[in-house]
Amino acid sequence: MPDKTIILKIKRQRDPGSEARWEEFEIPHRPNMNVISVLMELALNPVNRQGQPTTPITYDSNCLEEVCGSCAMLINGKARMACSALVDQLEQPIHLEPLSKFPVVRDLSVDRSVLFENLKRVQAWIPLDGTYFLGPGPRLGPKAQEEAYPLSRCISCCCCMEVCPQFNEHTGFVGAATIAQVRLFNIHPTGKALAHERLQALMGDGGIQECAFSQNCVEICPKTIPLTKSIADVNGQVVRQAISDFLFK
Amino acid sequence: MVGGGLAGLSAVIKIAEMGGHVDLFSIVPVKRSHSVCAQGGINAAKNLKGEGDSTWQHVDDTIYGGDFLANQPPVKDMCDAAPAIIDLLDRMGVPFNRTSEGLLDFRRFGGTLYHRTAFAGATTGQQLLYALDEQVRRYEADGRVRKFEGWEFLSAVLDSNKVCRGICALDLRSMQVHTFPAGAVIICAGGIGAIFGKSTNSVVCTGSAQSALYQQGCYYANGEFIQVHPTAIPGEDKLRLMSESARGEGGRVWVPKQKGDKREPRSIPESERWYFLEEWYPKYGNLVPRDVATRAIHKVVYEHDLGVEGQPMVYLDLTHIERAVLDRKLEGILEIYQKFIGDDPHDVPMKIFPGMHYTMGGLWVDFKQATNLPGIFAAGECEYQYHGANRLGANSLVSCIWGGFVAGPEAVKYAVSAPPATNGCFEAERKRQEEINARLVKSDGTENPFRLWRELGEIMTRNCTVIRYNKNLKETDAKLHELLERFQHINLSDKQMWANTTFTFTRQLYNMLQLARVIAQGAGMRDESRGAHYKPEFPERDDKNWLKTTKAYFAADADEPRFEFEAVDTSLIPPRPRKY
Repeated sequence: MPDKTIILKIKRQRDPGSEARWEEFEIPHRPNMNVISVLMELALNPVNRQGQPTTPITYDSNCLEEVCGSCAMLINGKARMACSALVDQLEQPIHLEPLSKFPVVRDLSVDRSVLFENLKRVQAWIPLDGTYFLGPGPRLGPKAQEEAYPLSRCISCCCCMEVCPQFNEHTGFVGAATIAQVRLFNIHPTGKALAHERLQALMGDGGIQECAFSQNCVEICPKTIPLTKSIADVNGQVVRQAISDFLFK
Repeated sequence: MVGGGLAGLSAVIKIAEMGGHVDLFSIVPVKRSHSVCAQGGINAAKNLKGEGDSTWQHVDDTIYGGDFLANQPPVKDMCDAAPAIIDLLDRMGVPFNRTSEGLLDFRRFGGTLYHRTAFAGATTGQQLLYALDEQVRRYEADGRVRKFEGWEFLSAVLDSNKVCRGICALDLRSMQVHTFPAGAVIICAGGIGAIFGKSTNSVVCTGSAQSALYQQGCYYANGEFIQVHPTAIPGEDKLRLMSESARGEGGRVWVPKQKGDKREPRSIPESERWYFLEEWYPKYGNLVPRDVATRAIHKVVYEHDLGVEGQPMVYLDLTHIERAVLDRKLEGILEIYQKFIGDDPHDVPMKIFPGMHYTMGGLWVDFKQATNLPGIFAAGECEYQYHGANRLGANSLVSCIWGGFVAGPEAVKYAVSAPPATNGCFEAERKRQEEINARLVKSDGTENPFRLWRELGEIMTRNCTVIRYNKNLKETDAKLHELLERFQHINLSDKQMWANTTFTFTRQLYNMLQLARVIAQGAGMRDESRGAHYKPEFPERDDKNWLKTTKAYFAADADEPRFEFEAVDTSLIPPRPRKY
């Protein structure tokens, strides 16, 4: 081994039914490595620290630019994207684990389809008449764009759900990402048409009232999306909707 | 539908809107497709800046930028449709940047003198993909679309008449092979970056689906035309794109005039900086098309030996632009640089170098997006139709959406009149794929697939990108032949048939090797320079001999490509010399 190496401990699991176990690795250090390039190096030479041959690590990844949202995992205990985790900024040994709140598929790969189901539940879309030509969209000032754009940068990585104490099997909480999308679609002049349905979907079990305002979500979000502000905003909308539903039903 | 990027989702929406039913297959959840990486914008000649822009000017820029290799009628259709596509995306809620009057804002991009590029910050592709993804989710909730995310296309199911009857796909968790019948199949499988090892592409952009179809009888056209983006950020795991919008918003490319200048870049006075693009191309300056900028950077680094710090890098400088403007228009990409390199581009010029970015070539299609195999359509980067010998920045997003909008309805039209399928072909194709898989798992040679891949990427990047010599291209093909031989002695370090990414990668690798030969041999044959294809031995464009589409097909008995050539439809704009 060269003078400078990287030591890793990776939590591995063969399949959803198996027990997890830790495996240690040591690989040569090169400047400017991120966690993904370390995992690529292990695939090139799949041998553990004890010198025994092993299998390459299974993990989710795609764009490697922190915009597809695939490679979220726990790195030294923190939920973050592996592509933007630079090795030289991490304490060693580097601990890699799968996100803990989602079913493990294998090793560091998890099933996060719950988020996409939640987006369906809140109808996170514009109710378009059709794709045929109907002229330009509604006029919007730069201010409206500047409010919407940060919300629309959510990469569905699910880090906000991972760190939320309320996101678990008991509450069935939808989580911050989905609530921020409700805010995004409810401010759009056309999207507003479904505001009522979206807010109703956030009432009751697993709805927005499960939020205990720990603020973990906004601290962890890799895209610095104003999540707590969005939750507060949408919570106000839900309360007003509930009152109006009660008074005028 | 194979692929859930912009092209795939566009086609799905059209089909669902027509009342059709779609099975949508994607390796990754569609919201994580490579389209999210497109940064700078989408072109449409809306002429909202009082410049007298027109869709015809957009056609001319695209044809001229592509060095006259694209068939012109489909390019005209695309440019004519672009303004309405922007309006549609706007209606779908894409947060495009706005003017003070509340209209769409437009920026400049390479290869044009007009403000023609609509944009949503510096994450336009992400915003467009999300808008389409949301509409598809709506149809999914309605039961019109079934998503198969975490599935990989292996092959088309062809009947005895070579008519496509469906697809054969691999469940990436259970590793089981299944077949799916279909009235028509649309391939929107994206790019092929992985053939070059490191590129600006995402991990899934291997070209495996296109290659599988080429090996089943589809023509692959203009494979030798590979776009190398002038401004990428070199990295250990990939080359990250630094969008052309950085130059569109005023970014300037330069190197210190003095070789090995060790001074901190901001302390180097203007008079001691060489803004070589502005000097060489006074009309377009930093916004010359990508192939031109890439060759200029290569020249400065390798011929003038003026790379920053003696390394193959030049400066891309935004530090003269006001911070608030950069934050409003370029935040997403500047954040990428800061996160991955650690320097803040507001304060320090970025260090960049060209990197493999896009394939102009792809599956051959006719003007209705149909491949030569009945029942198979293609759209997006995986087909060859819109960009000729070089793609203009911000034309890819519009070509994806337009291609999907054509392919979807054409596929429906085909499907309703297609004769009923026979059952035997499904079973036969599934067996064939299962046998390939069984052989791969049993193979107990000594070759590591990731090492073979590294060798593939190195030789393709060295010999088949910016500058091409016939001798090197010949060597490349010999090397590819050798790698295919060595592939027969592969050893998978993982044989567990559950979520085995080594296994799926190895299957992709075989297809990459086959398709790489199309690129290398196609480049070897084309003795001229045109767009992104540059041969110092043949530095001029040669319309007499090479104003032709290259069409490769697979000769199964010889296990290698054969080539045909087809005249280019230049019915709208007569070819003229391309001089920026």
